[in-house]
Amino acid sequence: MEFLQYFGGVFEPLSFALLVFGTVGGLILGATPGLSPTMAVALLIPFTFQLQPTQGLILLGAAYTATVAGGAVSAILLKIPGAPANIATAIDGHKMAQAGHGTRALHVSFLASGVGGVIGVLLLIFLTPVLAKWALAFGPSHLFWMAILGVTIIGSLDSKSFVKGLLSGCLGFWLSMIGYDDIQGAQRFIFHDSLTGGVNVIAALIGIFAIPQVIEMFANGRQSAVVKAVTVQKQSLIDSVKLLFQNIRALSIGTVIGSVVGLIPGVGGQIAGLVAYDQSRKFSKTGHKFGTGHPEGVIAAESANNAMVGPSLVPLLTLSIPGSPTAAVLLGGLLIHGIFPGSDLFENHPQVAWTFINSMLIGQLLMVIFGIWIASYAARVAQVPSSIMAACVLVLALFGSYSVQQSMGDVYIMATLGIAMYFLEKFGFSAAPLVLGLILGPIAESNFVQGSMIANAVSSPSHYFLTGSLNLLLIALVIASVAYSFIMTRREAKAIKRSTPTASDDAVTS
Amino acid sequence: MNSLRVQHLLPAILVLLLATTVTYLSFIREPASAFLFPRLVAVVMLSLAVWNFIRAARGLARVGNGISLDTLLKILPGLLVMVVYLFWAAKYFGFYLASFVAFFILFTLYDPASHKALRSWMVRLIVTLCFMLVIFCLFNLLLQVQTPRGIFL
Repeated sequence: MEFLQYFGGVFEPLSFALLVFGTVGGLILGATPGLSPTMAVALLIPFTFQLQPTQGLILLGAAYTATVAGGAVSAILLKIPGAPANIATAIDGHKMAQAGHGTRALHVSFLASGVGGVIGVLLLIFLTPVLAKWALAFGPSHLFWMAILGVTIIGSLDSKSFVKGLLSGCLGFWLSMIGYDDIQGAQRFIFHDSLTGGVNVIAALIGIFAIPQVIEMFANGRQSAVVKAVTVQKQSLIDSVKLLFQNIRALSIGTVIGSVVGLIPGVGGQIAGLVAYDQSRKFSKTGHKFGTGHPEGVIAAESANNAMVGPSLVPLLTLSIPGSPTAAVLLGGLLIHGIFPGSDLFENHPQVAWTFINSMLIGQLLMVIFGIWIASYAARVAQVPSSIMAACVLVLALFGSYSVQQSMGDVYIMATLGIAMYFLEKFGFSAAPLVLGLILGPIAESNFVQGSMIANAVSSPSHYFLTGSLNLLLIALVIASVAYSFIMTRREAKAIKRSTPTASDDAVTS
Repeated sequence: MNSLRVQHLLPAILVLLLATTVTYLSFIREPASAFLFPRLVAVVMLSLAVWNFIRAARGLARVGNGISLDTLLKILPGLLVMVVYLFWAAKYFGFYLASFVAFFILFTLYDPASHKALRSWMVRLIVTLCFMLVIFCLFNLLLQVQTPRGIFL
């Protein structure tokens, strides 16, 4: 119950103000189609430099929680999911809104998000210290394999093509090696003056997540028709609470599935929402009503995608392996403040770790309160034309990436990576493994070098890295994650071939 | 060979070239111990890049829709403004002036409102001014970030 000692930190004036600001801002950003939670958190990182690490993390954590939940507003009122995690919410949520139950849909969406979110954070609170203590037994070889595992899991599970996913991970590793070698000071891959200091993680994150979204908005052209939001009338909150508890089965299924999915590195909220929606439909007595504006659909999807948030931070805070792309950005935010996840975080910075985790718990409650309060207003923000959004994000990306080190080199890196990522994504390469490779690259390399030194002193490198039960378990997991993805890709390709015997090269899935 | 196959081949070739360069540099540069990890990564990257290239050449790389000519034409003006703004104008003219101009141009380029009506031009100008005011307050006054002033601001 160590976490109880640090609750006071959340209620310090500046910390609490940041929590409220992050929650309200996150809800508004989340409600804006095209602004993903990952991008919102990446753009916020530069604003945390002037803050204490704890306060910076509170802001980022609140934004993460609220953007995931805020995406439900545009999903319900506009049928445009604010984030991929809200795809399942749009199915029944928008139908409810069209039938005149928009406010009810928003109420149950935020209430379900709150319940799922609180349980998810409780899991984070109780699982993290156990895993962190377990991580103490890890030596350099284990940490090396953990870093490799992080990239292979996200590279193979988060990508539609596992070859391109793993290749993206390798590109991330390579980017992390640019600059001067930490141990010998050797120059590595410095093709331009801007690369002398290496690739700054924050500038790269902003570029990789913000610039492709800006270009995607350009691709909409001069959109003449702004999607009209469904108008909402006032409805009783108490009735919505009753409705939530009448659908306790959907709430439980969503929460359990979201929590489990969150714990698996690389599997994001989008999958949590869709799997929970599907399972809820299967277990429901009124499954035939799903898709027609059934509250169970909204409750299952929203409880799942917010229940995923807390557990997705468990592998991040204990083993440095983010459970989702947004968690990968949060890892960047931690590292920039000189805080390394794992046992060190809980042993040497318990105040930072526990205040941050506690703030996420309080943040869930604030998210429900503010979500219900501002939901109908947030829909107006969702109608901001993409021409303005694109320009705003671009300017913020410039100022944000520059302010990291006050260096134009970071701006050039941000722009180059962002533009390249847009085109790479069009051909099946993924941002998440690339970012993870970039973040985990230094961890993998330093442990590889340390391990090699130990190995040369006591045995051979192959013996040191390839033997021992934990090493073998991690290697088996690396192989299993790649093999699983390989088999699934082959199976999908065969299924497509069977369904379309004359499949042309134009097929877009494999 | 259809256009999507060619489109998939292009990034596959570029990634293969990059992987080959990285591998080559990793193995010729000294001291060898500083390039131990890069060599390991480079070999894996090259193997995957070769695999990816073979798949693309055989028309098996099907993930991703590629880019249609229509999309390319839509993004091209914005992309040009972005490149000029980020790589040159921001430093040359100063962040605030360059951002003001870039914001206004992008807003105008992609704004669905009429380009003939005076009112829509006024709206664009006011929105741009308001946004830049927020950015100035946030970065200059609150965060005190010293941005390049260039020849102006």
